[in-house]
Amino acid sequence: MGALQSLPGQAEYCDLTAKTGFSFEQIGVLRKRFKQLSHNEETLRRDHFNEIHDLTFNPIRAQIIEAFFDRRNFHQDGQGKVREIGFEEFVVVMSHFRPPSLHMTEEQREKIRKEKLRFLFNMHDTDNNGTITLEEYRHVVEELLSRSGTLEKETAKSIADAAMLEVASISVGHMEPDEFYEGITFEHFLKLLNGFDIESRMTIRF
Amino acid sequence: MPSRTVIYGSSGRLRRLILVMVLLFLEGSVLTLGAASSNHYSPTPAHSDSHNAQNQSSQHREKAFPVLDFNYNGVKTPFEIALWVLLASLMKLGFHLIPHLSNIVPESCLLITVGLLVGGIIKFAGEEVPPVMDSRLFFLCLLPPIILDAGYFLPIRPFMENLGTILIFAVVGTLWNAFFVGGLLYAVCQIRPENPSFLHQIGLLQCLLFGSIISAVDPVAVLAVFEEIHINELLHILVFGESLLNDAVTVVLYHLFEEFAGIGTVTWLNGFLGVISFLVVALGGVLIGAIYGILAAFTSRFSSHTRVIEPLFVFVYSYMAYLSAEMFHLSGIMALIACGAVMRPYMEANISHKSHTTIKYFLKMWSSVSETLIFIFLGVATVAGPHSWNWTFVTVTVILCLLARVIGVVGLTYIINKVRIVKLTTKDQFIIAYGGLRGAIAFSLGFLLDKKHFPERELFLTAIITVIFFTVFVQGMTIKPLVELLAVKKKQEAKRSINEEIHTQFLDHLLTGIEDICGHYGHHHWKDKLNRFNKKYVKKWLIAGERSKEPQLIAFYHKMEMKQAIQLVESGGGLKLPATPSTVSMQNIQPRKPAPAKPAERALPQLPKNREEEIRKILRTNLQRTRQRLRSYNRHTLVVDPYEDGLSDLLIKKQKMLEIEKKIKEMNKYLTVPAPPPDSPTMCRARLASDPQAYNVKPVSDKVPVIQVDLASPQSPDSVNLLDEFGQANQQQQEEEQGLMMKPPLRPGEPNKPGEADGAKDQQKLMRCLSDPGPSADEDEDEAFLP
Repeated sequence: MGALQSLPGQAEYCDLTAKTGFSFEQIGVLRKRFKQLSHNEETLRRDHFNEIHDLTFNPIRAQIIEAFFDRRNFHQDGQGKVREIGFEEFVVVMSHFRPPSLHMTEEQREKIRKEKLRFLFNMHDTDNNGTITLEEYRHVVEELLSRSGTLEKETAKSIADAAMLEVASISVGHMEPDEFYEGITFEHFLKLLNGFDIESRMTIRF
Repeated sequence: MPSRTVIYGSSGRLRRLILVMVLLFLEGSVLTLGAASSNHYSPTPAHSDSHNAQNQSSQHREKAFPVLDFNYNGVKTPFEIALWVLLASLMKLGFHLIPHLSNIVPESCLLITVGLLVGGIIKFAGEEVPPVMDSRLFFLCLLPPIILDAGYFLPIRPFMENLGTILIFAVVGTLWNAFFVGGLLYAVCQIRPENPSFLHQIGLLQCLLFGSIISAVDPVAVLAVFEEIHINELLHILVFGESLLNDAVTVVLYHLFEEFAGIGTVTWLNGFLGVISFLVVALGGVLIGAIYGILAAFTSRFSSHTRVIEPLFVFVYSYMAYLSAEMFHLSGIMALIACGAVMRPYMEANISHKSHTTIKYFLKMWSSVSETLIFIFLGVATVAGPHSWNWTFVTVTVILCLLARVIGVVGLTYIINKVRIVKLTTKDQFIIAYGGLRGAIAFSLGFLLDKKHFPERELFLTAIITVIFFTVFVQGMTIKPLVELLAVKKKQEAKRSINEEIHTQFLDHLLTGIEDICGHYGHHHWKDKLNRFNKKYVKKWLIAGERSKEPQLIAFYHKMEMKQAIQLVESGGGLKLPATPSTVSMQNIQPRKPAPAKPAERALPQLPKNREEEIRKILRTNLQRTRQRLRSYNRHTLVVDPYEDGLSDLLIKKQKMLEIEKKIKEMNKYLTVPAPPPDSPTMCRARLASDPQAYNVKPVSDKVPVIQVDLASPQSPDSVNLLDEFGQANQQQQEEEQGLMMKPPLRPGEPNKPGEADGAKDQQKLMRCLSDPGPSADEDEDEAFLP
């Protein structure tokens, strides 16, 4: 307890703990990392993220970085992108990856599931219109396969198309030949990844 | 209707039951005879001597030439082995004919009962029960297939994710069990000094040895019981993984106590050496397995010209890994698991589709027969073995085993939950504790004990058998209702869809990225590094040709397409009518584009509107396929067998098909698309993904896939060109009709036969394209697919 009192801005930490569910120690660790990444500045920008060496091999690097600057992930009902983020936004984005605690009601679990799936959805829905169109989904698959060397673009397209077809079949059972499936809405997305057990899978150790 | 079927059903069942009983008694009697005759015949060397003498004397004597002679001794051993295997297989058949029985009683219990019966029959006939549960036979022949099957189909992802937990349960849990049971047993044996009994002579080391034998959870029993309860993946992998990995601990403890039980004391030095020995045994076993696995993968890289012996490499290399590990007193089970798990991804990329099927079926077959035999032998050995019953010892053993398991699991979970991300709930703990079954490995280890060093060997064996019976019967029978009662999460009937695969990969990369941003090296980071290393170096060496660069997502997609194609063809076009017919097809998701003006390339004349409608309807019903990818570590469900649907379904489908056939025959528009030339599996697989770019030049003919639809044959329009849909996704709507590939109209006199023959040949081409350029005998095999 004594060590904590020496941390700056403890009042704001209490706030963050309540908001995100992290413990004091975890926020302290994140604070240290934030300072390290931002070279002791107050805000993080995209080029700070680009300096992280380990990220270079990641095929979806760009999307991950974008997710940090996406207002939709800040839980403030905003939209669009920002140029730089402060510590609070950093922690809020990180809180999407917290593991569910042991004693949780079904409701809380459901809420966490929705939150995590919303994060994923926002990552796919780059143009912010509330649906994942075929183009956007194709882009996702292409990015996934981008580091594999053999870029069979047509295969990527086929995979994305097959996936899209599946979503459409699951969500909207019956469609006339001239009807058009606009894109995956958030409800369809929820239904699609229903059995995916995402609250346990989308977690990292803090 | 219903009354007729009931009568038919019951008389049929009765007949089958009688048949099973008759077979059982026949088997039992023949085995008795076998045992009997082996006793009546003089031993072989003496026999051959007398035979020689007879030969010489026959030169002097006149002897009629024996037309029919009886020489049982020459074929005795293989004959008896074959009889036992036959008995096991018939039992397996019989159980599933008896209705309801397999729902209540797990198969292992039934098999032990059968073993008891057979042993009883043999004993009743007055003969000596053959010592079937020979430890050498068990460890060298019966156990490896089961473990190889488990290792080859081990679900790597959940196993690795929970590896820490599994190791703690396996190592610390088993150690705790062994010392708790052994120590307390010794204490119990020593009480009541005023009434010295046989028990007093049992030393501490003997008790500890007994404890170490009885404390290991048995993979065979766990597999047999857990398979039938379909519990969720996490719990299954925890208990099963523990049963596999505790072999190292058992081996070390067993050898340690066995060596020193004679001497009487274990010094600290030896204890320390024991710890080191454990590390060597475990890691050495894994290393040997990995080396053999890599060798096998490397060998398979060059097997493209001799596809027929590919399955052999899997079996032989794995068995050699097991034997090599046993040679050095390392853990053979861990070697086998490591070998199977290491070689599998590379093997599957290299071998043909048929070899893959062969391997899967052989492994399942062998492990199935092995397991059945093991349980039957357990029953027989129970009847046979010399027993020495002591109420105190046996009951205390059973109670202590249960107690040790519960305390161990609860205590360890408390520690583990501090470190795990996804905590284990109380229900989970209960199932893990309850699922700690003991089995034949414990019995065989006990059997190996030397009578000279262990005068209480029979007592031990009796106690071991009692514990095994208790766990298998009581725990095995009640675990299913308990799982229902506690509403434990069951296994998701996972339809591994392409969406889930995409998101699994996406999540992997996302979590690795977040970990990197957070700055600490969690297990995603290391997994990613391993994957990159694998892709960069290892795959180049171990996978032949183009497949080495294929990313996992594409490989998965190809596999799924192939599975669907094969299912489609196998079911003869009679597809399951989907419960909620989805009428979504590719055109619904394509962004609207203006109709392009390319009439010259269309070879199809314009179809009238209602014909288009019909064709679209047919296509739509096909595109709603639920993709089922079965996790193959369940022995009972290998492939979804469309024929199991029942005759009535098939008839309905056939009728529907005939109607559609008639309609389309009137259409008079036909396209013949030649099948792609049989090529290397790689290129064929690539083609299956329908890469239209390569075929843009001739949009009409040479269209990619692959499934020829023969109009007049049963697999007709309904089984149309599922694959081609995806390839044509980017092309205009009108060209969709070209997906329906049909053959020229046949003479009305013989609509079916030539069509069938053609269809068979095309299927063959498809099959050949998908697998190896096999011998022409393939023709016959493929024709069997046609209903």
